[in-house]
Amino acid sequence: MDNPRVPQEKIGVLAWVAANISRLLIALFVPVVTFLVLWQGFLFLRDSNAPQIVIVIVSIVWGVGGVALLYFIANYLVESLPRVWMHRLQPYVFVGPALAILAWFLAIPTLRTLWLSFFGPRSANFVGLDNYIFAFTDRIMLETFRNNLLWMVFGTFFCVAFGLLIAVLADRSPNEKFYKAIIFMPMAISFVGAGVIWRFVYAYRGEGVGIEEIGLINAIVVAMGGQAQPWLLQPPWNNFFLIAIMVWLQTGYSMVILSSAIKGIPEEIIEASRVDGANEFQVFFRIMIPTIQTTLVAVGTTVLIFSLKLFDIVRVMTGGNYGTNVIANEFYLQQFTYANTGRGAAIAIVLLVAVIPVMIYNLRSFSERKAF
Amino acid sequence: MAAKSSSRKKLSSILVEVTLILISLVWILPTLGVLITSVRSSKDIFSSGWWTILPHRTWVEVNEIRLGESVDVDGPMTIGKVTATFEEFRQGVEDGDKRYLWFGNKRSRLIKVEELQWQWFYDGYTRENYENVLVGREIRFQDASGAEIVRQGSNLSGAFLNSIAVTIPATIIPILIAAFAAYAFAWMNFPGRKVFFIIVVALLVVPLQIALIPILQDYTRLGLTGSYLAIWLAHTGFGLPLAVYLLFNYIGTLPRETLEAAFIDGASHFTIFFRLILPLSVPALASFAIFQFLWVWNDYLVALVFLGDQNRVLTYALAAMVGEKGQDWHLLTAGAFISMILPLTVFFALQRYFVRGLMAGSVKG
Repeated sequence: MDNPRVPQEKIGVLAWVAANISRLLIALFVPVVTFLVLWQGFLFLRDSNAPQIVIVIVSIVWGVGGVALLYFIANYLVESLPRVWMHRLQPYVFVGPALAILAWFLAIPTLRTLWLSFFGPRSANFVGLDNYIFAFTDRIMLETFRNNLLWMVFGTFFCVAFGLLIAVLADRSPNEKFYKAIIFMPMAISFVGAGVIWRFVYAYRGEGVGIEEIGLINAIVVAMGGQAQPWLLQPPWNNFFLIAIMVWLQTGYSMVILSSAIKGIPEEIIEASRVDGANEFQVFFRIMIPTIQTTLVAVGTTVLIFSLKLFDIVRVMTGGNYGTNVIANEFYLQQFTYANTGRGAAIAIVLLVAVIPVMIYNLRSFSERKAF
Repeated sequence: MAAKSSSRKKLSSILVEVTLILISLVWILPTLGVLITSVRSSKDIFSSGWWTILPHRTWVEVNEIRLGESVDVDGPMTIGKVTATFEEFRQGVEDGDKRYLWFGNKRSRLIKVEELQWQWFYDGYTRENYENVLVGREIRFQDASGAEIVRQGSNLSGAFLNSIAVTIPATIIPILIAAFAAYAFAWMNFPGRKVFFIIVVALLVVPLQIALIPILQDYTRLGLTGSYLAIWLAHTGFGLPLAVYLLFNYIGTLPRETLEAAFIDGASHFTIFFRLILPLSVPALASFAIFQFLWVWNDYLVALVFLGDQNRVLTYALAAMVGEKGQDWHLLTAGAFISMILPLTVFFALQRYFVRGLMAGSVKG
């Protein structure tokens, strides 16, 4: 600790100030200079016509360096306080910025969105529960509920099922790493990128002399003697072609988690059941599945939440047209296309309410832990 | 008995291998198709599928026949061993390994003779598609019939730089803030410690849609919309619960003796944090960093709402291309690959850390 002078009560505040006057001046001077430097950086980034590469580099240095600098300054100020106050305040220097940002970006917005959901399109007039009545009765909203249900049921099922299948099979292969890397790779690809990839798979050129299908699916269909189709335009099946994209993207996730759970099953249990005459299917369904049940549920829940909030795939592939709309896309449309803040807010609240069971589960399993 | 069971084992392991190869093919083909298409010339892309770069048999023109004036083009005509009408020749008439194809209209009287030949190599590879999407100026390319098309370029090189300017701070800032907070939660005592942490846990699964409207209102009032700072803060806010939670789980399990020894030596919390905790936490920091990096780089919604057309990032630019140039596959595939190249590299280089982060229970709101 670099603060040797602990004020004694009889000296009094004035004497302490006198003794530490240079320190106080620095304490005032340093934050002001820091603030000015950061402000100049902000103005430069906002108004400069410098080449883009310069702006990019300056902004990275400014952003990352600025945050680090703020911590240094705050800590310096706190450490120059009397010891008692330093001990009292230092934890808040550490935890304060995180709490402030969480409050600004998540906790308070939840309440503000709830508030906005009781008002009309421009947040001017109180409309009571009208937006919620819209959210639960409108024809388009009901369609999004149906589609999200399809996503949650089929998307989750196939993600977990394929993940489990591949995890079990790869466990027996000498080339495990190779196969897993291939299945896992789509996790690094953006939904927009995946949208382009799959639009190309589903591409449809129409009919005419000399036109060849360049989309993979239609080429296969034509080669097998069928008729090329505009796959994404045909409700309700197009929903499943979109769900296939999510399965392609997310199976890697469930595969990795389930694979490590399967590797965690003690070899003796499986060997013992084989010696007792169980065949591979019995080993799988009677031993493996019950043992990794908790992991299965956890993976399933994650993918379930994921498919509930799904937005990008639908946005890029169909824009929510042709009967493929989902809740998160309707939220976007209401808020940003139709400028109806009240309805947008109500839909966001519906999404929040849907994840509350998971939130409660998280809190409960946290309170059962002894860590705190 | 032993021989039988070992041959059965062999059979089942072959079956496993075949199934895995099939699944892997299904998984890799869509990406492979995009990659291959992005290096083919635009004219070829519109006239044949990407798989035609594989060795295959195709019709190649070997000869031309010009019909004399005496031939009646309205009735059946005989060429070589086949007899057919104009309409049939227009579609192409096959004769063994030869094909006759009428070229142009009826009056051209021109028939091309084609033969099925093996095509072993594809020689139309080009860098042009990448050059065309990276620039912002006007670009020209050919469609299937060879006609020239003019488009505005998509300036993906600018979008790439923007993505970097967004992603690097939006990865490092939340890590720094979360590490400080996680350290305080794990090793400091202060009123409200437990309540605050419960709030963090509760916020783990909150969908970010809930925050978009109020935050956008704030940004509009502060004049932040469209700036880098706006999107850094947004990504920091949305990534923070997970970051604090993951880092707390790690920092909280560091051995107490190490820290106590440092305290006895007179080190302050700040020194311990920078000199001891951060270096010891590198695995956890790396796990979260790669997670957040991929998430921010691949994010579309947050960029769409808070950045929009100002400072376009790659996902935004690519989605705009899908809207404007939905059928220009040579540009879309090149654009998609440009958007994938950095995350794929990071991903494969640091896969170990990524998997570790997933294991630690990464569910993001």
